[in-house]
Amino acid sequence: MSVRGEVLRDGPGWDSPEAKALERTWRDKPGLVAWLSTVDHKRLGLRFIVTALCFFGAAGVLGGLMRHQLWKPDNTLLGPDFYNQVFTMHGTTMMFLFAVPVMQGIAVYLVPLMIGTRNTAFPRMTACAYWIYLIGGLTLFAGFAVNTGADAGWFAYVPLAGPEYGIGKRADFWNVLVNFTEAMGLMVAVDIATVILKMRAPGMSLRRMPLFVWASLVTAFMIIFAMPTVMLGANLVQLDRMLGTHFFNPAEGGDVILWQHLFWFFGHPEVYFIFIPALGFISAIIPTFARRPMFGHDAIVLSLLATGFLSFGLWVHHMFATNVPELGKSFFTAMSFMIAIPSAVQIFCWIATLWTGRLNLRTPLLFVLGFFFILLVGGLTGIIVGSVPLDLQVHDTYFVVAHLHYVLIGGAIFPLFAAFYYWFPKITGRMLSERLGRWQFWLFFIGVNICFFPMHQLGLEGMPRRIYTYAAETGWGPLNMVSTLGQLIVDLSMLLFVLNVFLNFRHGERAADNPWGAPTLEWAMPSPPPPYNFVALPVVASREPLWSRATGGATHVSGLAAESREGLVTTVLDAVPDVRYSYPSPGIWPFIAALAVGFWLDWSIFSVQGALWGMIPPAIAFIGWFWPRKKETAEHLALEKRP
Amino acid sequence: MSAAHRAWLAAVSIAPIGAIASPAHDALRAAGPQAAHIADLWWLTLGVCAFVFVAVLAALAWALWRTPRSDAGTPADAAPAPAAEKRIGRRVTVAVTISSVLLIGLLIASVMTDRALAHLSLDDALHVQVTAHQWWWTVTYDDRQPERIFTTANELYVPVGRPVLVTLHSDDVIHSFWVPSLHGKKDLIPGRVATIQFRADQPGEYLGECAEFCGLQHAFMAFDVVALAPAQFEAWADAHRKPAAEPEDAAARRGRDLFLSGSCMLCHAIQGTSANAHKAPDLTHFASRARIGAGRLPNTPANLAAWIADPQKIKPGVNMPAHLIPGDDLGALVAYLGTLR
Repeated sequence: MSVRGEVLRDGPGWDSPEAKALERTWRDKPGLVAWLSTVDHKRLGLRFIVTALCFFGAAGVLGGLMRHQLWKPDNTLLGPDFYNQVFTMHGTTMMFLFAVPVMQGIAVYLVPLMIGTRNTAFPRMTACAYWIYLIGGLTLFAGFAVNTGADAGWFAYVPLAGPEYGIGKRADFWNVLVNFTEAMGLMVAVDIATVILKMRAPGMSLRRMPLFVWASLVTAFMIIFAMPTVMLGANLVQLDRMLGTHFFNPAEGGDVILWQHLFWFFGHPEVYFIFIPALGFISAIIPTFARRPMFGHDAIVLSLLATGFLSFGLWVHHMFATNVPELGKSFFTAMSFMIAIPSAVQIFCWIATLWTGRLNLRTPLLFVLGFFFILLVGGLTGIIVGSVPLDLQVHDTYFVVAHLHYVLIGGAIFPLFAAFYYWFPKITGRMLSERLGRWQFWLFFIGVNICFFPMHQLGLEGMPRRIYTYAAETGWGPLNMVSTLGQLIVDLSMLLFVLNVFLNFRHGERAADNPWGAPTLEWAMPSPPPPYNFVALPVVASREPLWSRATGGATHVSGLAAESREGLVTTVLDAVPDVRYSYPSPGIWPFIAALAVGFWLDWSIFSVQGALWGMIPPAIAFIGWFWPRKKETAEHLALEKRP
Repeated sequence: MSAAHRAWLAAVSIAPIGAIASPAHDALRAAGPQAAHIADLWWLTLGVCAFVFVAVLAALAWALWRTPRSDAGTPADAAPAPAAEKRIGRRVTVAVTISSVLLIGLLIASVMTDRALAHLSLDDALHVQVTAHQWWWTVTYDDRQPERIFTTANELYVPVGRPVLVTLHSDDVIHSFWVPSLHGKKDLIPGRVATIQFRADQPGEYLGECAEFCGLQHAFMAFDVVALAPAQFEAWADAHRKPAAEPEDAAARRGRDLFLSGSCMLCHAIQGTSANAHKAPDLTHFASRARIGAGRLPNTPANLAAWIADPQKIKPGVNMPAHLIPGDDLGALVAYLGTLR
């Protein structure tokens, strides 16, 4: 069983026999089947990130097409039919196929490293989720490629997306995409919540947990509560479309506003489960570059929790122009204003940290500073759109387009670039170019402002959203032209990023284990991390384990099997070691199950029969997946100590 | 960047020429009390937000300017001095308190504005029913005497200084009724009835638009709001209550016969003739309208002829089909429609 004739135990030292045994245990075999079977959270997380970035690129091209259509009045580059598909695909792709998966992918990659464990809790489920996500995204784009792109907006309001007005199969593609992406989101969220609550390194009590992990935890729970409503809603629309039910048909007692409630009850928290992980990036990056612990750590944790809760009480502010009761609207105004307070707490704590620190002004911190500027604009215009009377004027105009892009670019894209520059050395073992990074930052910062700031004014001048063109006498031409110019600058900045990654991911300057001098555990291992993450699971005694001097106590866990995928389950609050846990080993079934689910959902786009009989392949795949395996059971029993 | 440079030059050179007169459509140039309340709230909110923006960025800039620099090798300050932490903590508390107080102030201002909007006096209000269709508007002026009720399309004439209560319906999908110069928007939702009230205090022309995405031609679903002095408004309304006049010249009469014998009357109505369908805009006083196709084109004979011949070319997806009409018949139709003043 081992080189020394006894069971190998893990222990410190990256060159030790234990490390070599761990390498053998955790490494994926070469070959395509092994590639499809991997359950390594780092490979899975990276797949999410890379796939999501490809969708980001695609959605960005679609956004660019819109800007080129609108750059002058009466432009005929895109017709109304194609334009409607383009803006629907842009929004749908950005929200469902980029923003949520990229944040979840980063969490899948980083959380186990940050909390000191060897894998996520349910990596097979996350592997399956990845393939479901990929198949769903390809399905949506396959529809778009054959002129069946969703065209009722990313919000897919009925009756426009219903059976009577949403003709053809376009809305069906959208509804089924929701099933794909929400299934993915829920599966990953359950995995992340579990690994955070139950598999933290001994000693990492909740109060010592890194802020990014807190952000991931809050996000995971928000996803679990928010996503089912949109899945329900999309399937009710599908029932109306495919079976002739009348959930949303006012002529038969249905109500079209029901959809808006179901959609925005998910849709508003969705903004926050893009934004909250980004807050986590900021909270991870600032202490490293200010060379001090985060000021107000506890206040930030409470703010994240408050944001998570409050975000479920805002959804009606997307519906102020409907005839929901006036008193109810005032409540949602109050809630919309209230959610600004936890954001303010965090911003002030970050500034306090910078104020009292010693700054290392590198590219990640530059993007964080850009985040402050852009997000502040978006947050403050958020107060404007949260107020009922002001929203009645700016709702569904370019003012909102400006607002939401400031929020999402400031609140998610700037932090994402900060995160890419920050963690790229850990993920690839190479540094990104600082020079290209600075150029990219400035072009992006300037381009975003030129592109989106004029839209505020356009909205106030009466330019509605989602129009494919406009007449010259409206006077909207010049500002649209400026905006399109800004988009060209943003394009250039994105090209620089691609160039930076392309030049450096193989041949860049080699990264040390901890190139930024950061405090958290993901920097305690070589870059890129070995498949088993830690040669010995760490024992944590403070919030900044890599900054605090060793105490007299234990520094690592020892005694876990190195020739089996063994880990530790700890208690929820204090992370006291509880039981040993056997991590799942790689398997092809998650991939097969995802194919089966994809087959089922894709069939259901075209036929009611498909929705029914299509369930058979997933059923077979899941039975195969969960069928007990003798070899695994024997291995687990061998490690078990009977009392 | 030479393409962008050219685009910029083009923008600069086009800008002054592009300013042809169009109906007013600026949320901040209020022409009535509702939009004025909202504009007041706008300036207050903008002022507070601008103050917060400048203050926060100033704090950030100060932090950047005064703090010493470091690099990745600088030992981290793992346990900052408690006294300094306390001092900065007080500042954070003060900043959060100020933010909360400002937010509460804005909330009160928002709710007060909401009340003011709801309290517009509706004494002697003009009652109008508006029904939205993909992609045009029916406008019906209510009256206690049924014979005084009349219908028009894609235009809303209102008397200056008199409140207007608009009841909103939708015939198909969700639309939104928006006249930026007069008030915020209100959705027209199938299966639900909503109302919106406003008053125009200055005579003029205001652009009305559909603000909720409603399909292919959401971009061209406008209506013209014309605020007239009360006497002028009454004269306009009286004129619109009358059926269409009998055409005088031969070409127009031939046009009328073509209209009534062809497919036009299957969808359109002209009061005073046998055309009485309501699938498309009422054309009784069509020639008095400024624009055709719900704001798509100025109402000129040439545009009208092009529109009748092939509306799909001008407004793709519109529910009016193309018509293969010989040139002189088309001329007669245009001549007839031109008499419907």
